[in-house]
Amino acid sequence: MHASLCDFLSDIVQNAIEADSSEVRVSIEEREDAMSFVVTDNGKGMSEEIRRKVSDPFYTDGIKHKRRKMGLGIPFLMQAVDAVGGDFSLESEEGKGTTVAYRFPLKHIDCPPVGNLVSTLVSMLAFGGAYRMIVTRSLVLGETEESYELDRGDLWDLLGDFSSSGNLQLLKTYVQSQETALDEIRNRP
Amino acid sequence: MAKMTLEDLRKLRDSKKSEIQKRDIAGKDTQIIIGMGTCGIAAGAKVVLDAFLQALDANKLENVSVTQTGCMGLCYVEPTVEVITPGMPPVIYGKVDAAVAKTIVEDHVMRNKMVSDHVFDRPSADIIKDGGK
Repeated sequence: MHASLCDFLSDIVQNAIEADSSEVRVSIEEREDAMSFVVTDNGKGMSEEIRRKVSDPFYTDGIKHKRRKMGLGIPFLMQAVDAVGGDFSLESEEGKGTTVAYRFPLKHIDCPPVGNLVSTLVSMLAFGGAYRMIVTRSLVLGETEESYELDRGDLWDLLGDFSSSGNLQLLKTYVQSQETALDEIRNRP
Repeated sequence: MAKMTLEDLRKLRDSKKSEIQKRDIAGKDTQIIIGMGTCGIAAGAKVVLDAFLQALDANKLENVSVTQTGCMGLCYVEPTVEVITPGMPPVIYGKVDAAVAKTIVEDHVMRNKMVSDHVFDRPSADIIKDGGK
């Protein structure tokens, strides 16, 4: 089972990338009492039959691992959300794409920690492939709202190949600076 | 750290590039491939990715290829990492954590010395094929 909310996000985003998507949009909204995630892709989508099976940990489409009989990403997420009284929804249309949306109530005693969002975003953006990814990250605390956007295309144009360790380090520095700005708001007296 | 703009990032990239050009390029042609399947993520593969980036940065290795892949079929020893470096057989390391990642950079990538306690696949077949040399 995953240890943090970021681990679930990595899994769902990887599913979106691997669904032959040319564009993946990720929204991460943090409030005092909840964290909400929406991952939308324009990949191959799912048929009605597959949509019914995604909650089954012993179902996989067999494309990625031909001999494998398990697909744990979505079942893990659904179980974790259910355990803490959060929300989960999946909408998908074959040939058009999929949207997975979920919310964790942060104050539930069994809610997993958020985890390292900077590493998660870097890992998401650097996953192999020619897809476009736009991440919108926001923090809403009372009347205060701050957000930033990461466009994989812009960052790729600026830094070049994300498989180079030097470029990855620069990407991490950039994402960290965005999160530090949110931390400053969070830590205001 | 102040919130960076894309222009700040561009300037940082340019200053880093000029630093790299002044150095001998170590680590070139080395690939580090991190298993980032559900099993890897659950076992802490992102901590490992982070640790590799830190160790490579600390040792000023800017040209190592660091990529992610899905499950390598060694779920029982996740996080797993494959290291391909010139002059060495490809090696899959298992049970890698932040400390092991640092050791892999310092020993395997920089000194061509395997981290034997964490080797889980590949090298024995290559060594046998090469007559154990």
